[in-house]
Amino acid sequence: MRPNILVSVALLVAVVVFGYFLSPDLGSFGITLMSGLFQGMLLFLVASGLSIIFGLMDVLNFAQGAYFMVGAYVSYSVHHSPDVMAAIPDPNIRFFLSVISAVAVGAVLGGLLERFLLRPLYARPIFQIVLTFGVAIVMTEAVEFIWSTTPYSWTVLFSLRDQSFQLFGQSFGVYRLVVIGIGFALIILIGLLLQRTRIGIIIRAGVEDREMVEALGINVRMVFTLVFTIGCAVASFGGAIAAPFLGASAGLANLFLLSAIAVVVLGGMGSYAGTAMGSLLLGLALAVMQVFAGKPQIGLPVLASMTPMMLMILVLLVRPGGLFGKGR
Amino acid sequence: MAASEAILEVRDIHTFIGQFHILEGVNVNLPRGSIGVLLGRNGAGKTTTLRTIMGITPPRSGEIRFEGQRLNGMRSFGVARLGIGYVPEHRAIFKGLTVRENLHIAERRSGDFARKADLIFDLFPDLKRLVHLPGGNLSGGQQQMLAIARALVPDNRLLLIDEPSEGLAPVIIEQLMHAIRRLSEQTTVLLVEQNFRMASQLADRYTIIDEGRSAVAGDMRDLVKDQALIQRYLGVA
Repeated sequence: MRPNILVSVALLVAVVVFGYFLSPDLGSFGITLMSGLFQGMLLFLVASGLSIIFGLMDVLNFAQGAYFMVGAYVSYSVHHSPDVMAAIPDPNIRFFLSVISAVAVGAVLGGLLERFLLRPLYARPIFQIVLTFGVAIVMTEAVEFIWSTTPYSWTVLFSLRDQSFQLFGQSFGVYRLVVIGIGFALIILIGLLLQRTRIGIIIRAGVEDREMVEALGINVRMVFTLVFTIGCAVASFGGAIAAPFLGASAGLANLFLLSAIAVVVLGGMGSYAGTAMGSLLLGLALAVMQVFAGKPQIGLPVLASMTPMMLMILVLLVRPGGLFGKGR
Repeated sequence: MAASEAILEVRDIHTFIGQFHILEGVNVNLPRGSIGVLLGRNGAGKTTTLRTIMGITPPRSGEIRFEGQRLNGMRSFGVARLGIGYVPEHRAIFKGLTVRENLHIAERRSGDFARKADLIFDLFPDLKRLVHLPGGNLSGGQQQMLAIARALVPDNRLLLIDEPSEGLAPVIIEQLMHAIRRLSEQTTVLLVEQNFRMASQLADRYTIIDEGRSAVAGDMRDLVKDQALIQRYLGVA
């Protein structure tokens, strides 16, 4: 087995086994696993855009988390708006519409950011970091201006969100399973897009050598706009499908950003497989550490929030280029 | 030779990289159907000349014309689309892409690769059995062949090839020379080449670049006889 797969699998197994021994019974072990996969998938939806954008464009988009937040707000508002409720009484169809709206808003805002703010700064990488950081702050402030600073929790349920099933004496929410399923489907879908389509080949080639791609007659800037737009739309999508659980609040912008940056680094900068594996790994590690840190004997909740950075450091000690990165 | 016959005219270009004045007046004139070579010592500005023509390091002044059309101010994808193929030094193939993907990405219209596959595999038979391998798994010579093959996928009328022989074994260099000679039957070629033996056997025209300026240009047959000139600018016997 190649070392990157070996190390990834070893870490995954270690996290899961640790989680198993922490759990008093199979039911709560199942809850931990499901919570881990759920967090991992949401993480992936932020980290995938971050990673591909960074790999291709050398832009570390600090606003990626803000797009997740905007997605949550848009999805919440559309779903709970009295006007939309009157027009579309069926909450399932309305939720579907909310998600579509969130994706559309994320895509438009992402496209605008790349086209009008980032593009003039490609010669100045430091400025770009400052810019995306600033845009994240502006977006958070704008959201608080429009929706006030009070967090919203999701009140109008729909059938998927409502249902649960019993296993090993525990109740599992169907919606979490659906989110996990969507996450896995997107991992495969984006992977296929990168492997099989012309635009995917151009993106992978651009990650290696942008200048050469351009010298072949390909307008790399158009590819940048497209990738940035899709990356932001995917983050918004993440916020939209997370909102029925997490609600909508300004804090969402930073909830996943730091963890997603940790995922991109520990997965190996610019590696798609590394980002997918890293999201899964960190999601599970987070869930396990939340259980561990909450034990009365431990009682150190801070351990859970330290997990992304600790895992990143651990991986970098073993593989300095990240799990799937070029060994550097 | 009348200027109208030239496929590429480079007139007094000055190129800066950062604050460094790299090209301080380079002229190149290349007749259609010929093989031209840029000669000169390391760091003289040969590679920068090719990169300036491609629009990667645009000139600050001077003029570049391809088939009469001005290239100044165009970005490199636009330059390439006019029909110029670029094979950079160090064989800049995409190592993570398969050989097939490396060729496919060069298509400018869909079907380019299918149209040219016979020509490409005829010139470089080795590539045919390697199509499914990642470019990074190829030997140096195979990578160089792939880099040239990639430039042949679209209908390019001018190829800029930077140091094709660099780091390759003599047998491979022979193969490459054979291939370049054959493809020059269909397109014009501008080479940068340190290997004087290879350059002198391939090229019809030469331009010597010295300290960022084009110093001498002319017919390759004349240069081969002029040992003093070779000694002065190239330091090879």
